[in-house]
Amino acid sequence: MDFAELVRGFPELTTTGLVQGAIYALIALGYTLVYGVLRLINFAHSEVFMIGTFGAIWTWAAFGLDSNSGAPSVGRSLLLIALAIVAAALLSGSVALLIEVTAYRPLRRRNAPPLAFLITAIGASYALMELMGTLTQRRQIGSPALLPADTLFSIGGWSVTPVQMLTLSVAIIMMVGLDWFVNRTRFGKGIRAVAQDANTAALMGVNKSRVIALVFVLGGLMAGVAAVFSDMKSGNTRYNIGFLLGLKAFSAAVLGGIGNLRGAAIGGIMLGLVENYGSALFGSQWRDLIAFVVLIVLLMFRPTGLLGESLGRARA
Amino acid sequence: MLLEIDNLKLLYGRIEALHGISLHVEQGEIVALIGANGAGKTTTMKAISGLHAISGGSIRFDGTDVSRLRADLRVIRGIGQSPEGRGVFPGMTVLENLEMGAYTRRDKADIAKDLAMVFDLFPRLHERRKQAGGTLSGGEQQMLAVGRALMTRPKLLLLDEPSMGLAPKLIQQIFEIITRINEQGTTILLVEQNAQQALSRAHRGYVLETGRIVKEGTGQELLHDPAVKEAYLGVA
Ligand SMILES: Nc1ncnc2c1ncn2[C@@H]1O[C@H](COP(=O)(O)OP(=O)(O)OP(=O)(O)O)[C@@H](O)[C@H]1O
Ligand SMILES: [Mg+2]
Repeated sequence: MDFAELVRGFPELTTTGLVQGAIYALIALGYTLVYGVLRLINFAHSEVFMIGTFGAIWTWAAFGLDSNSGAPSVGRSLLLIALAIVAAALLSGSVALLIEVTAYRPLRRRNAPPLAFLITAIGASYALMELMGTLTQRRQIGSPALLPADTLFSIGGWSVTPVQMLTLSVAIIMMVGLDWFVNRTRFGKGIRAVAQDANTAALMGVNKSRVIALVFVLGGLMAGVAAVFSDMKSGNTRYNIGFLLGLKAFSAAVLGGIGNLRGAAIGGIMLGLVENYGSALFGSQWRDLIAFVVLIVLLMFRPTGLLGESLGRARA
Repeated sequence: MLLEIDNLKLLYGRIEALHGISLHVEQGEIVALIGANGAGKTTTMKAISGLHAISGGSIRFDGTDVSRLRADLRVIRGIGQSPEGRGVFPGMTVLENLEMGAYTRRDKADIAKDLAMVFDLFPRLHERRKQAGGTLSGGEQQMLAVGRALMTRPKLLLLDEPSMGLAPKLIQQIFEIITRINEQGTTILLVEQNAQQALSRAHRGYVLETGRIVKEGTGQELLHDPAVKEAYLGVA
């Protein structure tokens, strides 16, 4: 164990951990939203994210930028990032809605047992992954450099790059916005009502199908935003990027308490930090192992996750 | 006729729970539906509110056939329900639960008026308005379920065992409130185990036995019917 490495790298490990955690958290929200309302693990959500990573890169390509282009001016970069966020969010949101309407809704109509949903989720996930794999010849696709890679500001040993700053700010805005939407608006109230008691919600005049569609779209939007920052963080994407990232984001959702929005956010951030600190301590080859061991151990002590409430019960 | 049910059949899987029941509710009435456990009272309520699809017959409400209408749209038509088991949203406050009743309504002033009316009927709910629904006592939850159904501003209010789990004093109180709601102009279909109270408050009643209506009459007629007395009123 290399404590010196952990101590020396602590500021940097914290920043990069927070950034990775923010990406996990944004994806985790989609798992938790759908679970809260349908008690369904939407395994295809990882591919909703994956398609978003391509959506962003295609958007940039449409403006003539690829991994070999030089970085545009800061103003133009910010504009391109904003455009990519909108495009990826819309694309991911649409894909999520499409999955709900074509795969899950017919099952609900026929009162299918939970196992049918699970298999459909896994099937939809692989189908989308293979579709994108074929379309992109299973190649890794690079993302253009957009913001300068140098330090934006540093306090003591703590330095933050523009991309990191932007990732964290946008992630926080998205999460606060979602929290507000679910807890404060009429539609949000409909979501919470269906999550707590779907039949009674119908007796209040809530259209369950519309709430379910909304929840898929919201989760998709969040995953699309995460996708843009994932592209900028790692500099590329691939058809199978959703597999491990999705699994970790799902773990983050469980870690925080599946069905609980704030839990998903906290779980994501925690996972990002823990695997960073852990890999400094034990070596980076252990990163993924650490992430999942922490999950297993934590669940032994807190089987319902850190916050452990359902979406419906989560209150402002 | 506000509600007219004709030869209604309903299947749970392959088991028929309602074997063709017919009943009606006139504008302004309190109609009681009584029967033993498992007779199909809650099932009838679910059919009327649209929580469970029917397999035969028809349900006409306020002049139109609503047999195949989605549950949430029936609420907009004016069917409000306080369900069996209360269905209080546990993570919402009392106030939020009541606001859920007004989910489909837009007129803020009207909603505020109804909220004041509900708080007037159930002062206890006003005291507890910031408390989470899940932490209310059983009796308070029952009041909340009834108050919330009123917030949908129903033409027809379906009450499924509103006295369940209440202390004798509260039972008396809830039936008084039911009468009051009715006098203020809401038509009520009331399912009850407490046949004595239900029949003495109701204009008319039906007796349901294993998915069939076996008897109907005015509240007083049923109250004095020897067979009803023996089976549901606990008098030999
Ligand atoms: N979801 C369901 N699936 C299968 N059978 C059901 C279901 N719900 C109710 N039943 C059956 O239908 C019959 C009628 O049930 P229902 O709940 O309508 O009775 P009830 O008259 O409301 O009884 P109680 O007074 O106990 O509330 C019962 O035999 C019950 O077992
Ligand atoms: Mg019942």
